[in-house]
Amino acid sequence: MSDIVEEIDKLEPLEDIGGVAQPLLQVVSLTKHFPVRGGLFAPSKTVRAVDDVSFAIAKGETVGIVGESGCGKSTTARLLMHLMPRNSGDIIYDGRTVGRELSLRELRRGMQMVFQDSYASLNPRLTIEESIAFGPKVHGMADKAARLLARELLGKVGLRPETFANRYPHEVSGGQRQRVNIARALALSPRLVILDEAVSALDKSVEAQVLNLLVDLKREFGLTYLFISHDLNVVRYISDRVLVMYLGEVVELGPVDEVWDGPAHPYTRALLAAMPSSDPDNRTETPPITGDPPNPIDPPSGCRFHTRCPFAEAMCGEATPKLTEITVTGHQAACYMAIPGSGHSKAPAAGAH
Amino acid sequence: MSNLVEVRNLNVRFGGERTVYAVNDLNLTLGEGEVLGLLGESGSGKSVTLRALMRLLPKKRTQITGTVNVLGKDVLALDDDELSAFRGQTVSMIFQEPALALDPVYTIGQQIAESVMRHEGKSQAEGVKRALEMLEVVRIPSAKRRLDAYPHEMSGGMRQRAMIALALACKPKILLADEPTTALDATVQIQILLLLRELQREFGMSIIFVTHDIGVAIEICDRVAVMYAGQIVEQGTLSQIVRSAVHPYPQGLLASTVHGAKRGARLETIPGTPPSLDKPPVNCSFAPRCKFAQPRCVEAPPPNVELADNRVVRCILAEQAAAAVPA
Repeated sequence: MSDIVEEIDKLEPLEDIGGVAQPLLQVVSLTKHFPVRGGLFAPSKTVRAVDDVSFAIAKGETVGIVGESGCGKSTTARLLMHLMPRNSGDIIYDGRTVGRELSLRELRRGMQMVFQDSYASLNPRLTIEESIAFGPKVHGMADKAARLLARELLGKVGLRPETFANRYPHEVSGGQRQRVNIARALALSPRLVILDEAVSALDKSVEAQVLNLLVDLKREFGLTYLFISHDLNVVRYISDRVLVMYLGEVVELGPVDEVWDGPAHPYTRALLAAMPSSDPDNRTETPPITGDPPNPIDPPSGCRFHTRCPFAEAMCGEATPKLTEITVTGHQAACYMAIPGSGHSKAPAAGAH
Repeated sequence: MSNLVEVRNLNVRFGGERTVYAVNDLNLTLGEGEVLGLLGESGSGKSVTLRALMRLLPKKRTQITGTVNVLGKDVLALDDDELSAFRGQTVSMIFQEPALALDPVYTIGQQIAESVMRHEGKSQAEGVKRALEMLEVVRIPSAKRRLDAYPHEMSGGMRQRAMIALALACKPKILLADEPTTALDATVQIQILLLLRELQREFGMSIIFVTHDIGVAIEICDRVAVMYAGQIVEQGTLSQIVRSAVHPYPQGLLASTVHGAKRGARLETIPGTPPSLDKPPVNCSFAPRCKFAQPRCVEAPPPNVELADNRVVRCILAEQAAAAVPA
């Protein structure tokens, strides 16, 4: 045992500016359309991947995003990280608008991301230690200090540095590689970590290990998570609040227990009912909705869910319902049935709240 | 109940740069009208077992020993002609990725008709008629129009329905399903599971259903075999496995599901990772991760203990359970 504990350099996290009341991240009207070229004479079309999405993440909170493939959840994550340009919308990090008051370089210090494919997101030619140390070095840390930090972080994610530091990504298992990706994301001392299907590719027994690790790290480093997944059980376990997306739009958001126990949007209800049963004597008998999600190229007009919705009325195809508060605790839904006085036959009367 | 499939002491080994002992000493049976689930994590050998039943593994690099008996026929001894008659007519298979399993240059109708013509010697017109019937059976909307659709013109759920129609076109006795719902969205997955359940009853066929998802197994299986490191570690009825698993691996797997876990509470986990399969098993493959491991576990392979009601557990813990049951 040595008494001299070597001081490990860390990058200072970005300063907390607004205090607890100010959301760590605010997203305002985020929009991304991809043009799709039609045939020779056909008009070009657009995929409305993310359409006018707004939400906020409070400090220390975990926000989940759920939805089926093509609903825009991963595109949202990529737009937040500035991995692709957006068409419009503002991203505000702790009160500072990215691009105007906060540089991209600073944003990347404050916000990091872990991807689904643990192998594709690591450089195969760098050892694990080099991969983790890469970011801090780019941000001005000396090589030796960065490598020390990398080893320290390996320990934090449950990988013994002596064994793993000098291995290459192909030499470790999928669960271990995802731990490496988490360590790399933490190397810049971010305050917000975006986890895009980060546990989806892992086997069940390993998934539980990584989820436990995420909970521990959040506590130790005071992190805020944006957790994207198609697995509703995992999202409920880890999130405080949840956003449900359908074809590029947020259809419902609120505290996770409230949304799960009292879903207000018929799509959320269908999504929850589509989860396989966990009781052999109580299997699902009828499918909650029929058909596939429509193509996000030129999505349906009005409420995008009206083509599959059992309660759709004429008004649903005409205009898009706005996200509307339905409880005082911040539970919102974009459905005419939840909006008082909307004119839908199942809507509550105006003023009844 | 007569057994349609009987697999005894199946071993599958892949040669090449390094040897992989993918399936080791596997025994299973499939009864008439039964849905058997093969449940396991990636690399546990469940898909390899399924492919061995249809001899779909690459001949040059694969060594298969043991016996695979399907409807009284020794599958491992079939020659090429017998094999192609056997596939599609007696046993049929559906896959995880219908986009890869269907032929992209033929329409759905042509593909189904071809299978009917090949196996039942029917004419083209009869084949197309059967194709239309099948598309209606799997409830593809406006089936007549879809006969002329190419696979890329359909959505994922629709393609999976088309593949089921193709697989069932010749009314096979046995359907092998290799994670057919894994690539689908949640709201589509449940539709396909319910469709398969219904068709199984209607056609009276037996299904072996490979999945890694316990929830999916609960929705469709009658009996479940849990695989780990190329072996079946426990098999029994669905509720036996879900409610009272004896082997520590399925126990841990069920405990580690996130379903219903309290937020912030720690999840039960199985420590460690599955073994690499580069050596044949000489002891219990699960012992390094097992909290009940004893010296005996690493000295010799665990016994295959048969408990009452067709329940088999490959673990020394089951010996006590067997002793507790009056013989």
